[in-house]
Amino acid sequence: MSEFLMPSLGADMEAGTLTEWYVKPGDKVKRGDAIAEVETQKGLIDIEVYEDGVIEKLVMQVGDKVPVGTVLAIISGEKEKAGETPKAVTEKQKGEILAEQKIAVSAAPAKDVKRIKVSPLARKIAEELGVDLSKVKGTGDGGVIHREDVENAAKLQKQSPVVETPPVKKPEAVIAEKLIEEAKTPVPASDKMRMAIAAAMSRSNREIPHYYLESRIDLKLALEWLEAENKKRNIKERILQPALLLKAVAKALTVVPQLNAYWQDNQIQIQEAINIGFAISLRQGGLVIPAILNADMKSLDEMMKDMLDITIRARESKLRSIELSSSTITVTNLGERGAEKVFGVIYPPQVAILGFGKVTEQPWASNGMVGVHPVVTATLAADHRATDGHTGSKFLEALNNFLQKPETL
Amino acid sequence: MNNSTIKLTYREALKQAIREALQKDERVFMMGEDVGRYGGAFAVSKGLLQEFGEERIMDTPLSESGFVGAGIGAALAGMKPIVEIMTVNFSLLAMDQIVNNAATLLHMSGGQLNVPLVIRMSCGIGRQLAAQHSHSWEPLYAHIPGLKVVSAASHEDARGMLLTALTEPDPVIIFEYTSLLNLEGEIPANAGAVDISKAKVRREGKDISIITYGTGLYKSLDAANELATAGIDAEVIDLRSLRPLDEETVFTSVSKTHRALIVEDAWKSVSVSSEISARIMEHIFYELDQPVQRLCGLEVPIPYPEHLETASLPQKAEIVSAVKKMMQS
Repeated sequence: MSEFLMPSLGADMEAGTLTEWYVKPGDKVKRGDAIAEVETQKGLIDIEVYEDGVIEKLVMQVGDKVPVGTVLAIISGEKEKAGETPKAVTEKQKGEILAEQKIAVSAAPAKDVKRIKVSPLARKIAEELGVDLSKVKGTGDGGVIHREDVENAAKLQKQSPVVETPPVKKPEAVIAEKLIEEAKTPVPASDKMRMAIAAAMSRSNREIPHYYLESRIDLKLALEWLEAENKKRNIKERILQPALLLKAVAKALTVVPQLNAYWQDNQIQIQEAINIGFAISLRQGGLVIPAILNADMKSLDEMMKDMLDITIRARESKLRSIELSSSTITVTNLGERGAEKVFGVIYPPQVAILGFGKVTEQPWASNGMVGVHPVVTATLAADHRATDGHTGSKFLEALNNFLQKPETL
Repeated sequence: MNNSTIKLTYREALKQAIREALQKDERVFMMGEDVGRYGGAFAVSKGLLQEFGEERIMDTPLSESGFVGAGIGAALAGMKPIVEIMTVNFSLLAMDQIVNNAATLLHMSGGQLNVPLVIRMSCGIGRQLAAQHSHSWEPLYAHIPGLKVVSAASHEDARGMLLTALTEPDPVIIFEYTSLLNLEGEIPANAGAVDISKAKVRREGKDISIITYGTGLYKSLDAANELATAGIDAEVIDLRSLRPLDEETVFTSVSKTHRALIVEDAWKSVSVSSEISARIMEHIFYELDQPVQRLCGLEVPIPYPEHLETASLPQKAEIVSAVKKMMQS
């Protein structure tokens, strides 16, 4: 028996609205199955389960706005047969769920949760009596919770431990109601995304001491190789230049893993999987950064296929939760109509963002001769808390080396 | 023992205190404007000149700075002067003597010079004396380190505070209230010196603490009696000592009632009530079930017309309604 929680689909996410259940109680699910659709600031996202089992109970209902970390459903493990836990959720488990939600609610960042007004004395007494203030109805001015309210709540709690008292709604309903109330003035999706981007980027700029490096990279060999390669393929199988660049980035990260990391708890945490998030601008404005998972292990063809697939789904707001929450580094590629250089803002808790500008033809001196070569400027913005310029330099160097040997990609 | 009480006016209580002080200690003398031949602007010292003579009841010129300075000098020279400043309003003229000499000499002399001076000032609003003669300077003096500041709201204190103040090694300012002069009260027949360091619970209650001083005490007690008929049990505290403040009594009371209303006639900003409120918040925040509330004088020059003067001060009705509002939740 385990609880399926609302996942965090990015550092800036605090809650999501459940828009669809793909499963019902009794359904068997496998690890990786998408079981629900959630609307977040980034759009509609499928969320998947991480274990095999049977859906025991759907705790949240469609339309509920659910804070990150809150129980969405109860899944019984693979080994427990569905029949072995026939009573659905027992009282004890309900208590556990309740407790879990308590934690989830109090852990949610304050700015999104409606501030509960409590007198200092009531707060102290609530702590002593173990009363959850989010479930106490305040009788004071504007709903302020006073001592009496807490004491009454404690009395009710004692009379009927955990079992709900008649006027009290199911805890999940209470939470959902509260959140719905907060969201009464509907915010357009694009504004929500803008707000999410604003929050993440402000945090980044505030907290992360960025350092910047740039390197011009000769793409003559790479593009010639790509052209020759594409000639052998039919149109559908052709590989586009961005896939090649991403593949080179993945390879370079295996050489310099320090940039494939998170800065968390005041230390660098190098990530084993190389999940390259790449920024996709949306036509309606805003951007999403889905990840190509395990990019270093993918062939160029697989990389290309993934990119196409993800790009299409991103524009349809059909990304999966794991794709939005697991990037370990970000690449932004301005493409053919963009500027020549881009200096990125790191998406926390990542420690680096790599930018590719437009590929332009430029006079290029090599081997004592000047020729006209296609050149791209790669820029690296990295977190100086996690790495130093030397590391960044090594990375750009490695990237250049791989792009000079495209056949190895 | 002797449990009998006597009935007397606030004025009479003040006079008995001065007389006892003069009788007990030869170093004690009193000076001020019109304290001798005229018998005091409010007849507090009537007859004392005849009883004690010109050496000990001294009429002074109309120069507050001059005679307060003389009082400080006498205190430095080993006397125990009682300086009467006719009303608190004129004390501003002696501010420099009080603040720069009386309050600082102990410090400036490295602890060598105590100034055992007692200054009595009559004060209070409510007699249609208009803006210049209706000041409440209790907060002003309570602000100054080096002074002890007490407020005599009760007959017992009118009778006893002076005697204790005279035993203090350092300057003490006593605020007396002209509006109380004719008020009769009962005190023990053997009443005498009283402690001047503690606030006093004048009425016990469990629902709310009304903290006040001076004439606010009577309005608060009246309000508490009316509130009792509505089933609200208010505790009333007379601060008595405004510097230093007796935090302990206040904190104990508020920790019991969890609600505090502070009442004073002085202007609200930077007042005794703001100080009490701040200290409650700093020290016993988690005892509060309601934000601390204050009823103070409106921040205007005190008006002359009676109805406006009355309206400029917190009155019983406002205290009652403020308490009821705080008790609703």
